[in-house]
Amino acid sequence: MAHTPTKGRKLLFTLIAWTIGFLIFFPILWTILTSFKTEAEAIASPPSFVFFDWTLDNYVEVQERSAYFRHFWNSVVISVGSTVLGLLVAIPAAWSMAFVPSKQTKNVLMWMLSTKMLPPVGVLIPIYLIFRDAGLLDTLTGLVIVVMLINLPIIIWMLFTYFREIPGEILEAARMDGAGLRSEILYVLTPMAVPGIASTLLLNIILAWNEAFWTLNLTAAKSAPLTAFIASYSSPEGLFYAKLSAASTMAIAPILILGWFSQKQLVRGLTFGAVK
Amino acid sequence: MATAHSRSAARLMISPAVLLLLGWMLIPLSMTLYFSFLRYNLLMPGAHDFIGFMNYRFFLTDPAFFSALINTLLLVGGVLVITVFGGVLLAILLDQPMWGQGIVRVLVIAPFFVMPTVSALVWKNMFMNPVNGLFANIFRALGMQPFDFLGQAPLASIILIVSWGWLPFATLILLTALQSLDRDQLEAAEMDGAGPLSRFFHIMLPHLARAITVVVLIQTIFLLSVFAEILVTTNGGPGYATTNITYLVYAQSLLQFDVGGGSAGGIVAVILANIVAIFLMRMIGKNLDV
Amino acid sequence: MRRSIWAAGAVSVLAFTAAAHAETITIATVNNGDMIRMQKLAEDFTKNHPDIQLEWVTLEENVLRQRVTTDIATKGGQYDVMTIGNYEVPIWAKQDWLVALDDMPDGYDTDDILPSIRSALTYEDKLYAAPFYGESAMVMYRTDLAEKAGVEIPDQPTWTDIKKAAEAMTDKSNEVYGICLRGKPGWGENMAFLTAMANSYGAAWFDKDWKAQLDSDEWKAAVNDYLDMMNEDGPPGASSNGFNENLSLFQQGKCGIWIDATVAASFVTDPDESTVADKVAFAQFPNKEGVDNHGNWLWSWNLAIPTSTDSEDAAKQFIAWATSKDYTKLVADKEGWRAAPPGTRTSLYENEEYQKAAPFAEMTLNSMQAATPDKPSVQDVPYTGGQFVAIPEFQGIGTAVGQMFSAALAGQMSADQAIQNAQQLTNREMTKAGYPK
Repeated sequence: MAHTPTKGRKLLFTLIAWTIGFLIFFPILWTILTSFKTEAEAIASPPSFVFFDWTLDNYVEVQERSAYFRHFWNSVVISVGSTVLGLLVAIPAAWSMAFVPSKQTKNVLMWMLSTKMLPPVGVLIPIYLIFRDAGLLDTLTGLVIVVMLINLPIIIWMLFTYFREIPGEILEAARMDGAGLRSEILYVLTPMAVPGIASTLLLNIILAWNEAFWTLNLTAAKSAPLTAFIASYSSPEGLFYAKLSAASTMAIAPILILGWFSQKQLVRGLTFGAVK
Repeated sequence: MATAHSRSAARLMISPAVLLLLGWMLIPLSMTLYFSFLRYNLLMPGAHDFIGFMNYRFFLTDPAFFSALINTLLLVGGVLVITVFGGVLLAILLDQPMWGQGIVRVLVIAPFFVMPTVSALVWKNMFMNPVNGLFANIFRALGMQPFDFLGQAPLASIILIVSWGWLPFATLILLTALQSLDRDQLEAAEMDGAGPLSRFFHIMLPHLARAITVVVLIQTIFLLSVFAEILVTTNGGPGYATTNITYLVYAQSLLQFDVGGGSAGGIVAVILANIVAIFLMRMIGKNLDV
Repeated sequence: MRRSIWAAGAVSVLAFTAAAHAETITIATVNNGDMIRMQKLAEDFTKNHPDIQLEWVTLEENVLRQRVTTDIATKGGQYDVMTIGNYEVPIWAKQDWLVALDDMPDGYDTDDILPSIRSALTYEDKLYAAPFYGESAMVMYRTDLAEKAGVEIPDQPTWTDIKKAAEAMTDKSNEVYGICLRGKPGWGENMAFLTAMANSYGAAWFDKDWKAQLDSDEWKAAVNDYLDMMNEDGPPGASSNGFNENLSLFQQGKCGIWIDATVAASFVTDPDESTVADKVAFAQFPNKEGVDNHGNWLWSWNLAIPTSTDSEDAAKQFIAWATSKDYTKLVADKEGWRAAPPGTRTSLYENEEYQKAAPFAEMTLNSMQAATPDKPSVQDVPYTGGQFVAIPEFQGIGTAVGQMFSAALAGQMSADQAIQNAQQLTNREMTKAGYPK
């Protein structure tokens, strides 16, 4: 029968899928490989894939030039901080929209999403002035707030679609047992929503990690994250492919590893209500 | 279920989020609106004269404006088409029985984690560079002249770069949706003699409609403000070939330091984004019972 | 026992006060080779100034310019030392954004700074920035390729000479391109080169009433020759090549002739970085027959202190170190005289060791001395400058015009169309900015 696949068919699909997967992943693989080459080998024609003299010099040089770990730590603080803060604001909001919907719910949600469509460059100077007056320039606090705000609509929406799947009867039952609003959220809803919250958390850490406009424009030295670190390798003098590759690898590796390890949790909540 | 008590509690719980977003939107926006009526160049401090709609006139009659509008639509549309089509095909492929599905999924998902600046730098230098890039090497090995991607097909190249980053996102959502499809339904259709194409169009595609809507909505939000990829690769050029609205506003406010002109551009961009938002809302309303 | 606790406490208090006294200055700089070297050598400074800590913000030129301009214009106060060009210095000094550097420490020897650079950084008789390195533009070419092609490039070539030589050197099947020039859009990228080239054709940006002159015959001739040369003998993808990309191409041996900033000379002759280090010769920036103008390119990267700083003294000490004769000596000790930051001090060019190590020294100095920023064009013009026009609006205009010429180079627009667009948009922007003033 057709739906119990023959070995041949399975082999064919395996081959196609692996080829495509490899092609999609190739730019990253190539960057990682290049980061272990010398500058001369990095531009050698024809290029060499694995049979070159592997070297760590590029990593040493990048670390010497820029304080990688400080940038890394700033990225961690900004992405985790903004996400956690965002969740604190978003969970009650998403809860109320999911369980006490009103006529306005849909409009409010759409309005929230539409705030994400504003081009950030249009408001850079106002924000810069506000930050200057509030003493928030080049501070992690300021960045956590801004990154939280730009991702808040997505957090709320993800949580909302997730909460909506939780059947209302459970709440009814909890209320019958005399549970108050607080315990309703704390003991009944939250545990059920944990997978959704986890995947929201992960997605937003990724988005915040990769946010490159505000993090680059509102920082100088003290709170600059990895997006600023990579900006200093973008177009230096002379040969730079290998150093660029090393810096790129260092900038994406942490989030790539996190993403790979947690991809199951991430994918589970990534549906945005698209799956019933 | 929704008593008056729970309703007021609900309002209380949603208010921090609403207030924050309202502040985040209104405060800078009203400042931007105010600036947009001034002659305000960062390099020329002093009195900022009120000049009425002059900034708007200059922005809207800028020869780059029309190109930027078209480029924005092409960029958003192009990436959506590639990621949705590619995503559906990839999702169907990944849904097939195979060895090492988990590893393939890991490979496919990876580009989503790469920050836009890095991906643009890598594509521009190590792949598309017509002298040292890998593509140039491949072209030469095949006995052809290297192709200057960012010079000859700039917008298409940027669409490619951006699509690479978003394809995993579309694929994952669509794959999850596909996996929730009732297998019995498919088998029944197969028994009835429906071919693969007919099964795809009559069963899979309708089932994926919601997921596709979600992909389109989320990606549009992000794609309207694509910026880093353009800044790193082409600086909006050659000519205006890759200038989108966001980049045009950037050029006004941070290359010319014309805050007034940039603010007018920002307001125009906000209005355009809202038009798109209304359009999207209609679409969502039909396909997604939010 | 108790005493040792007290002692430990006292030590930690001392340590604390010492830390509290340590002043941190934030330095914004470009990711060019010379600045990266400065960052590496900065230990020499902190060693002698234990009370000053340095924080570095190293960024690509365009991003850096955008960041420091935003900061200084809004008085954000994020930076204590900024790396800026001689384009910005007089404009910013006029706005009172910069701290005057008229009381540099003893032994700094301000008089040693090359006169052309010094006057470019002076506003109302006060020095507002200290030059870190300076440059003009010149021709760099491959002696081996010239010999092979049987061409000779005179010390003062004309554009006809250059064109002929480029044609003869080109060998596309071996990836040798006769000429490499900037094509990446930007006022500091392709427009720096094209403005200098237009100057040497006798062209000018504006007439005395600030009307754009981009559609003049001189500009047309310059742009057409530029496009012809690049299309026939240039590398592929030239429309995205800036200084750095061309440097890398030249170092790989892929360019016959490269006309660009003199500072490149020390990189292309560096045997560690360049595959053609011993096969390079130099010539003056070309001119068109009968036009007495060699482009007037003059640029320097300078260190300046914004008035919004709260560590003025520490910043001044740092600048005095980084632009001193001793710093030059330090670089020479560590990496040889060839690597010394060029184009700022007369004493460097009088140094015999430098002359021996740097075959490009004489040509660099001559080019810099020949540049006359006070009179950029052979025509009568209302502006000063050289490879740029010294008005605040030029960044925006130059970049937009650069986009047009870059599009023409990529073949997306005809030369005439590009010139016409450039002319229109320049006039448009000038009207918007309220010229003639």
